Amino acid sequence: MTDLIDILFTVGLWSSVLRIATPLIFGTLGALLCERAGVLNLGIEGIMTFGAMAGWLAVFMGADLWTGILVAALTGAAFGLVHAALTVTLGLSQHVTGLGITLLASSLSYYIFRLAVDVQGTPPTIEPFAPLSVPGLSDLPLIGPALFTQTAPTYLAIALAGVLAYVLFRTPLGLAVRMTGENPHAAEAQGLNPIHIRYGAVIAGSALMAMGGAFLTLAAFNSFFPTMIQGRGWVCIALVVFSTWRPGRALFGALLFALFDAYQLRLQTVFGSAVPYQLFLMLPYILSIVALVVMSRRARVPQALMKPYRRGER
Amino acid sequence: MASLIRPNRRTILKGAAASTLVLAAPPVLGQAKFKVAGLHASPVENAWNSRLHGAMVEAASDGAIEYVFSEGVAATDYGRAAREYAESGVDLIVGEAYAVEREIREIAGDYPDVAFLMGSSGQPSGDNFGTFGTWNHEGAYLAGMLAGKMSETGKFGAVGAIPIPEVNLLINGFRAGVDAVRPDAEHLIGFIGTFFDPPKAREAGLAQIDAGADILFGERIGTADAAKERGIKAIGSLIDYTPRYPETVFANAMWYFRPLLDAAIADKQAGGPNANDYTPFCLMKEGGNDIVFSEGMVPADAIPAMEEARAAIKAGELEVPVDMSEPT
Repeated sequence: MTDLIDILFTVGLWSSVLRIATPLIFGTLGALLCERAGVLNLGIEGIMTFGAMAGWLAVFMGADLWTGILVAALTGAAFGLVHAALTVTLGLSQHVTGLGITLLASSLSYYIFRLAVDVQGTPPTIEPFAPLSVPGLSDLPLIGPALFTQTAPTYLAIALAGVLAYVLFRTPLGLAVRMTGENPHAAEAQGLNPIHIRYGAVIAGSALMAMGGAFLTLAAFNSFFPTMIQGRGWVCIALVVFSTWRPGRALFGALLFALFDAYQLRLQTVFGSAVPYQLFLMLPYILSIVALVVMSRRARVPQALMKPYRRGER
Repeated sequence: MASLIRPNRRTILKGAAASTLVLAAPPVLGQAKFKVAGLHASPVENAWNSRLHGAMVEAASDGAIEYVFSEGVAATDYGRAAREYAESGVDLIVGEAYAVEREIREIAGDYPDVAFLMGSSGQPSGDNFGTFGTWNHEGAYLAGMLAGKMSETGKFGAVGAIPIPEVNLLINGFRAGVDAVRPDAEHLIGFIGTFFDPPKAREAGLAQIDAGADILFGERIGTADAAKERGIKAIGSLIDYTPRYPETVFANAMWYFRPLLDAAIADKQAGGPNANDYTPFCLMKEGGNDIVFSEGMVPADAIPAMEEARAAIKAGELEVPVDMSEPT
């Protein structure tokens, strides 16, 4: 049994947690921003796939890594624009539109990848982000190497959680976004334009999602596979509920999920012979559901979520 | 080759690729060329599909066949695509039955003039439905023999997708090879629960390195990335990963599809039946699997014993155990 505890005090575990969490942090913050303005964005899985492809392809074509992240964000924003046009302007079902965006974006990324890159035994590689030591802090015992020798996008993801929390809860812009998600009519009465605010939130949120996808091909790995997102987008949608629509808790939720995942990968090596591996694979999801049940009792869903706003209509 | 790289999941590539290949191949007069369709459930750069695809592209450029293919065909679409190829008059359809075992057999029954050669967990059926398993366990065994001599910690990791029989066979083959030269070896196992998640395979590999492994057997792509990051050595499977990880992957358990393809074509041309299990053509003595390794990365004293075993396997004197049980 001491093995169970010992694993928790290894550097490898904690640095793994941050790596696994990074795409989830980006994705969850993106989905959270959309939902705060009242738009559910189930396009996330496809947008992450497209971001993974677009970012990778840009770097493969000769751009530097940060340009790759930027390209991914721009393509994500473009899909956000489509989603907003369909759900905000036309007021279509957010579920159906989102799933449509996911199908479109993932198929399109496969198609573009195939046109751009010749068929080979294994897909070609790029030189990914290297781990970046934070001077001074990375020498601390245990937490130093774990927390402060990550790749740059991981630090960016954590910083973005803080930025988003600040913007949402401490600025007039954030108040406008939250108000649009709660009661767009009231926002309109205040002289705000809920349509524009929803567009902005969905476009920015989708850009974040695509950056999460790009992390997988530009830092966690160095090639693109058309199916490599593997449900991470759906995990993000659940994490938004877990977070009760608060960026700080979204960060916490993503880290918690990643902890369970990193932990189970290590448990397999310790208890592989005693326990069926499927139990370990289930672990992050089961524990997330349990956490969801506990957390969501106090969840306050944005009241106008999934309700299209039509001017003058009650 | 530009015309080879155009289809998306729903597009069936026919004319363009076929005409390119026909033009490239020497014409056979007075005889219609043998037509083969590849029906890939995954993108053709997936390691496993790339072996099938590569062998068929090679056969086409040899002039032996005419080859058309579709990739990324979803299970819900697989039957329709198979029927479309069968209707178009191909002689042989090569693909994977795993997700559509029942449906694809029914379809094969509807087209008795078309031969099927399918990766499958089941048995051949009818007159025209042949199956094969992916056996490169002998190559894995030999790579294990090299690895056994190379490890300092005596701990050997293996990252697999899902413990299906063929994955188990491979990992057990590797372990048997390690144990043959290092009876006290300790083995670690990690399954990632999915076939396509290289970042997760990498994390699983790192977890095993943290647990003391200093040689990783990568059933999945991504494992070698963990080894590369920590400066240890790894083994690849199915394809040659050494060019991708020149400092890291010292040996690969290669799998070659060409002997299976040639056998199925020969059976069809002889008038059938094609309802055979083509798995035995995966064996090393048939040229269906082998080890490729970098001599410079392996201690010189490890090689003679391995080469001896390799010769014995080819001569039929040494049989690598076929163990499909789940490795723990």
